[in-house]
Order: sequence, then C-alpha cells, then structure tokens
Amino acid sequence: MSEKSKNILACILIGIGLLAAVLGILRGEAVDVLKKATMICLECIGIG
Amino acid sequence: MDKKKNRKIRPLIQALTALLSNSWLVGFFNGTIFKGATKSICLPGLNCYSCPGALGACPIGSLQATLTAAEYRFALYVSGLLVAFGAFCGRFICGFLCPFGWIQELIHKIPFPKKIKKLPAERILRLLKHLILIIFVILLPLFFLDATGIGKPWFCAYICPAGTLEAGIPLVLMNSGLRQIVGFLYTWKLLILAIILFLALMIWRPFCRYLCPLGAIYGYFNPIALWRFKVDENHCTQCGACQQACPMDLPVHQKPNPMDCMRCGKCKDICPTDAIQTIYPFKKSK
Repeated sequence: MSEKSKNILACILIGIGLLAAVLGILRGEAVDVLKKATMICLECIGIG
Repeated sequence: MDKKKNRKIRPLIQALTALLSNSWLVGFFNGTIFKGATKSICLPGLNCYSCPGALGACPIGSLQATLTAAEYRFALYVSGLLVAFGAFCGRFICGFLCPFGWIQELIHKIPFPKKIKKLPAERILRLLKHLILIIFVILLPLFFLDATGIGKPWFCAYICPAGTLEAGIPLVLMNSGLRQIVGFLYTWKLLILAIILFLALMIWRPFCRYLCPLGAIYGYFNPIALWRFKVDENHCTQCGACQQACPMDLPVHQKPNPMDCMRCGKCKDICPTDAIQTIYPFKKSK
C-alpha cells in the first residue's frame, strides 16, 4: 500500500471514529462513562 | 526534531501526561476520587478512573462499562474514540501518553544484574494481549451477565495492574472503609502487579508487550496511522543497528510499522544514516 493510500485510509478511519464517538455522545454513552468513572470501581481496585 | 531533543522530550511528555491526567492530588490524601465533568472524557492512555487523582476516564474501563450496559450493546463513543486515536497516531500513545508504560520504563532504569531483551516463547507471549482483548474486554463482559443483566469489567477485575497500582493501593491505604473489605481478589491483583513490576526490572515494558489490550487495539492501526515511521531505502544500509537498539527487538529496517512498535524512537536515534523517518500528520516527512 502506498504512503498516500495509508494516509487516506487513516483519514477515513479518523472520520468514522469521530462520527461514531459523536453518535455515542448523542445517545448518552458519555454520561454513562461519567457515572461509572465518578464512582470508586471496586473491580478496578481488586475488591469487587 | 534532532536526536538529542527526541531523547529528552519523550520522558518529559510522559511525565507531564501522567501528572496532568492525575492532578487531583487531594484524592490521594483523603482516599476519594475526582467527580468532575471531565471524567466523561476518555483519555487515550491506560489510566485507571478510580485513581484518586484521575481527571479523565480509562478507555478500557469505559469500553467494558458501555459494552455491558444493556441498552447499547455496542459502545459507539469509546470504540469510536479508540479508532480515531489509533488511526491518528497508533502506538505513539503507548510510547508518549501512557502513565503505566512510563512507570514501567522508570522501573526498567533501576540497575538489575540481569537485563534481557525478551522472554522465552516471546512470540506466543506477545499474542496474549490480543486474547485478553477478545476474551476479557469484549466476550466475557458481553456474555457473562449477572441477574440484573449487567456484565462485569473482567479485565479490570482480574488482570489490570494499572488499576491496582494507581487506584487499589492508594485508595485502600487511605480509605479505612475499603481496607475492611479487601479479600483474595486484592491479593491476586497485588500478585499480578508485583510480577509485572519485577519483570519490568529485567524487560522493557512487560505489561505493554504481553498483556495490554489497549496496546493491542492501537497496534492494529500502527501500519496505517497518520503518525508513523518510514525507512528511506536509499539511505538504509541494512546494518541492523535499529533492531539492536530496539527494546522490543523489532527489525525496523525491514518493517518500520509493526503492531508491537511503541514508537520510543530509539531506532531513529541510533540509525547512522538517518534512514528512519517519522511521518507526521499533515506534514511532509523530513
């Protein structure tokens, strides 16, 4: 694959990734992440 | 960027990232965690969100949390960010922005009688991170649900040594409530952490090379990421100095963007003919 094709593919993937992230935010996933991340995760610390 | 500058800048960026992403210092003293709105933002590197100082969310923890939420079934936000981060710079994130990777590198600098480049069965061990990603981060949280239909973050619960070091130890030390409920699992995770840190004395970044599911994800993007390496075949003499300097023992002169490369840049620094170049996003390579 040429360097130019790699760049184009990377740009497409970045676009798709950002679009998916925005759709995820719109359906409330970032709020879920916030809820999870603001509680002490007992699994993470080796208790749960 | 000249070679001397590169050698100094990477540890500086690593230290700054670790400090900035864990800068709520009050938490370390009173055994609590930060609860502000920035916690909804996934950081690119592995940084436990239960670390008392953490200002952002861990992408692997968040991925498991949103994967297991019954209403989604596919985590668009976190997986979208991981694809975007990966396609932008691949495992540069591991080399520059991961606090746990930086800690392992610091430990590796401690003098130890036996420094080795790789373990026996290295190739098989390096496949482990892909298995961990598929089994512990995706399949088990998705299909092993509790009575309420919610999955568990299996990787965080049974493997992640970053969580034990950044969150488990400081929180249990400072929070008496948590201290009373520690049990076998805590000991198990301390054991994993101890093994990883001991291995880090001998080998460069053992967790990242064998076990890290985030490194596995970013590694898939390494060959095509906007920020990648390129070998100028007109200058390369195939001397192999890059492979000798590479802490992962990768043949950079033959394949400059393998999945395991964490972009430490030691190959670039050592190359006598400057044949290894960095392709920067939106900038022509020098």
